[in-house]
Amino acid sequence: MVSEPEPPSERYQVTTDSLESARVVAAVAAPSCGAVTTFLGLVRDHNTGRRVLWLDYEAYAPLAVRSFELIGGEASTRWPSVKLAIHHRTGRLEIGEASVAIAAASAHRTDAFAACRYAIERIKQIAPIWKHEHFEGGDVWIEGATADPDDDAARRVAFERACG
Amino acid sequence: MRVTVRLFARLREITGESELIRELPDGHDARALWDDLAKEYPGLSPYRASVSCAVNEEYAKFTAPLEDGDEVAFLPPVSGG
Repeated sequence: MVSEPEPPSERYQVTTDSLESARVVAAVAAPSCGAVTTFLGLVRDHNTGRRVLWLDYEAYAPLAVRSFELIGGEASTRWPSVKLAIHHRTGRLEIGEASVAIAAASAHRTDAFAACRYAIERIKQIAPIWKHEHFEGGDVWIEGATADPDDDAARRVAFERACG
Repeated sequence: MRVTVRLFARLREITGESELIRELPDGHDARALWDDLAKEYPGLSPYRASVSCAVNEEYAKFTAPLEDGDEVAFLPPVSGG
């Protein structure tokens, strides 16, 4: 795909605004694309047996945007026709609201599906973003992966999940 | 040299600070800075093996030498998405 429909700032964002899948799609769709897949991550009302009330998301925004650009570059290296857009929300999110919106555009559907899955796996590995879960009876910071963009084993896991 | 330290999520809560200014001897790296902070705020110590660091808004190695004016961020394990 040679066209550049939107500048990178439209493709990779950290925002306190509500997320819309139409915006990530618009940031990557182009005449050469036969497929756009999208992923929305939503705030769920339960986690490991707890009743979740709401989530507060915190981010190191400039580095989060840099990590989205890095993930987009990794996806383009693996699937040359793929273009990604990633928007992540911060602040207080209620049950059912979208915390992350991803679009993967490609000439063909196989790569679009794989790249979209790859993007969410990599976000969970390396994006400097944290969930503060407020549940019935307390609150807890969720801590997952140690963020290391150079960890090849983690990158391989994300590729394996993306490619089934 | 003088650096700005940024702390996020649980690390911010442990220290009660999202930003600190520290004077460091020349040659100090992010590992030495972290160890200094962990002495000052012992609650940080359990994160020594799992924390990541970034310098001037880029992921960095703990062994990279710091320079005057750097912004050093310490990041607990992430949970975005």
